[in-house]
Amino acid sequence: MSTYSMKDIEWAKINKDVLASLESPRALFWVVLAVCALLVLCGVAAEVYQYNEGLGVAPMDRPHFWQLYISNFVFWIGMSHSGTLLSAILLLTKADWRKPIYRFAEAMTLFSILTAAIFPVIHLGRVWNMYWVLPYPNERGIWPNFRSPLLWDAAAITTYATRSALFLSVGMSPALAICQDNARGWRKKLYTALSMGWMGRASEWMAFRKTYVLIACFLVPLAVSVHSIVASDFAMSIMPDWHITSFPPYFVAGALYSGCAAIITLFVMLRYLFKFEAYMTTEIMDKTAKLTFAIAMVWNFLNLGEYASIWYSNDMFEKEVLLQKFFGPYAPVVWGMLICATVAPFAMAFEKFRHNMWAMFWLSLVLQLGMWLERFQIVSPPLASNHEPWTWAVVWPGTVQLTLTAASFGWFTMLFLIFCKVFPSVSMYEVKEMVFHRRHASSRAEMEDIGKIKDEVVRSEEGLA
Amino acid sequence: MALKRMLENWSRLRQQDYYADEPYMWGMSIDLNKCTGCGACVTACYAENNLPVVGKEHCGRGHSMHWLRIERYWGEPDDTPEIDQEVASDYPERGAHYIPMMCQQCNHAPCEPVCPVVATYHSPDGLNTQVYNRCVGSRYCANNCPYKVRYFNFFNFWEGLPHPLEMQLNPDLSVRDKGVMEKCTFCVQRIRSAKDSAEDAGHPYHVEDGTLMTACQQSCPTQAIVFGNLRDDESKVKGLWASHKVELDRYEQEKPEDIRGYRVLEELNVEPCVMYLDRVRDTEA
Repeated sequence: MSTYSMKDIEWAKINKDVLASLESPRALFWVVLAVCALLVLCGVAAEVYQYNEGLGVAPMDRPHFWQLYISNFVFWIGMSHSGTLLSAILLLTKADWRKPIYRFAEAMTLFSILTAAIFPVIHLGRVWNMYWVLPYPNERGIWPNFRSPLLWDAAAITTYATRSALFLSVGMSPALAICQDNARGWRKKLYTALSMGWMGRASEWMAFRKTYVLIACFLVPLAVSVHSIVASDFAMSIMPDWHITSFPPYFVAGALYSGCAAIITLFVMLRYLFKFEAYMTTEIMDKTAKLTFAIAMVWNFLNLGEYASIWYSNDMFEKEVLLQKFFGPYAPVVWGMLICATVAPFAMAFEKFRHNMWAMFWLSLVLQLGMWLERFQIVSPPLASNHEPWTWAVVWPGTVQLTLTAASFGWFTMLFLIFCKVFPSVSMYEVKEMVFHRRHASSRAEMEDIGKIKDEVVRSEEGLA
Repeated sequence: MALKRMLENWSRLRQQDYYADEPYMWGMSIDLNKCTGCGACVTACYAENNLPVVGKEHCGRGHSMHWLRIERYWGEPDDTPEIDQEVASDYPERGAHYIPMMCQQCNHAPCEPVCPVVATYHSPDGLNTQVYNRCVGSRYCANNCPYKVRYFNFFNFWEGLPHPLEMQLNPDLSVRDKGVMEKCTFCVQRIRSAKDSAEDAGHPYHVEDGTLMTACQQSCPTQAIVFGNLRDDESKVKGLWASHKVELDRYEQEKPEDIRGYRVLEELNVEPCVMYLDRVRDTEA
């Protein structure tokens, strides 16, 4: 494998290849899309049934007041985090290998937030009153409870969703201008509107760079804060095994972990469906896998730290939950999680494995399964063995909850595939930059000239204006 | 408007014990020596508070709505001789402990801060109040309740109630709809009317001890349940708390071991307002 294999791609070919992805994906694309749409329909049916009958059909009961909906919520919010990591943090640290893959990672962020946002809504007992959680002005002067982590959730998620959508659309505007030139019909109108009159002038580029980095700077703290707040849904409670100080970093690490695994999955999927083999190279996969491996180790460390702190605290209630987790009715979930999320990532330690696309695809699914089980074992086992032994009960999620879970995966994949069909999922201008830099990586002097040329162009443009 | 009120009352809001000057704090004492586990209190609670009877199937799935429940435990003290297995199988209730468990009206209630819409808050008379109309059903409060005494309307249990049965509902309080959390209120409708009567009788801040009874207390054949005002020095419940050396504002009581009073899970520092008197057993019998 040559590190600089991408340097031979012609610039016009980049445009052509990416624009082709808007036109003719492989036949499998339509199959996957249809399956996803079907899953979403099943989910809608399940939700209508649950809405009419009550949450008891989920089934939920005492003490399992929360179940899969909340674990799914944590899972999807978690998944959104690595998109931000890839697009914002790696942008600021100038890791250029992110360039061909960050656009879809950002889209993944947005759509997984949109998927996550479904769950707190459908899990409410009275969905029709959900807007009461928001601090809107009303004639009775009633405020929501600012002490409640659920309110922080609502604030954090809406901020995050807005910010991610903004980042995505701003970052996409130069690319959309290219699309606009080649499109007809409704696409032309859409791209014209979204590219916001992008002309590609040097002054525009400079303003664009500044804006983009600025939004990225705002996004970085969000990547930490949003999942910390989700963690405080649990950590702020007094339930044994939820009330853990290390939950926020543990959740953030878990979020990045499952998110990176999702990026690998979508990486391989897009590469195949839209024929992006020339851009999504094994080199990039190698780097993504290494990143995932590092984050996996951080997560494992925090997980072990949590077990150790519970064990040595010798708190009666917490220890009971921990023992129940490992040897109780939920043991298959916990051991499954440990196999999938602790043992499996070690495969990524081998270079040969990292360079095999389909092996990485299946591994990423295993990692995601592990992280999904992790969210389930965070929510359910502590409820099953809480402070009050009289209420101890084990309940497994039933058809309605499982259908809605499957539907959420369908919903996410559907939105994502539609996005990739309508918008360029590889950033054209940044890939061009990357190709350019790699072509000229040897001559530093030339790079410095570019800066001078840029200044001149800007000056001349200012004169024109 | 709310902001104005907040600014005006800022010093009061910053006060450590917000309701310290209030004349009432309702509390309870339950003597487990007297409790026979008969369940009369549970029945009375169903009748008084319009609790839906959910049926065997729902009950088995954890959907029952008993605000007051009798918990049974078979934990034996360490020095108990082995129970004769043959006798035990004929009489499974033998050796059981009964604990009537209802909302403990915690003064540091863990359910209150987590509700996103303030559907549950602390009333000035020390009650942990649930506002049904405000509840959106996030069920966070129930998760955070260490006693698990909050009950959620997983279904609309009142649907299809056959005709004259709605006539038996208590008109003093509502029936709750699907998707709403509910729990023991210390029979708040009785408390309110007792306060009104006291005001009519000319002593607005003093409800005479004994004039006000909760439904469970009223129906307990052994008078194991005592309810009253913990701020009233004359009240029976205050006397019981004092004689069993159980104090508020503690997460651990300093008292000799032969004194029976305790509060369930008080080590969590939730400040429950219900005191239990431990059962004394003759383990030689």
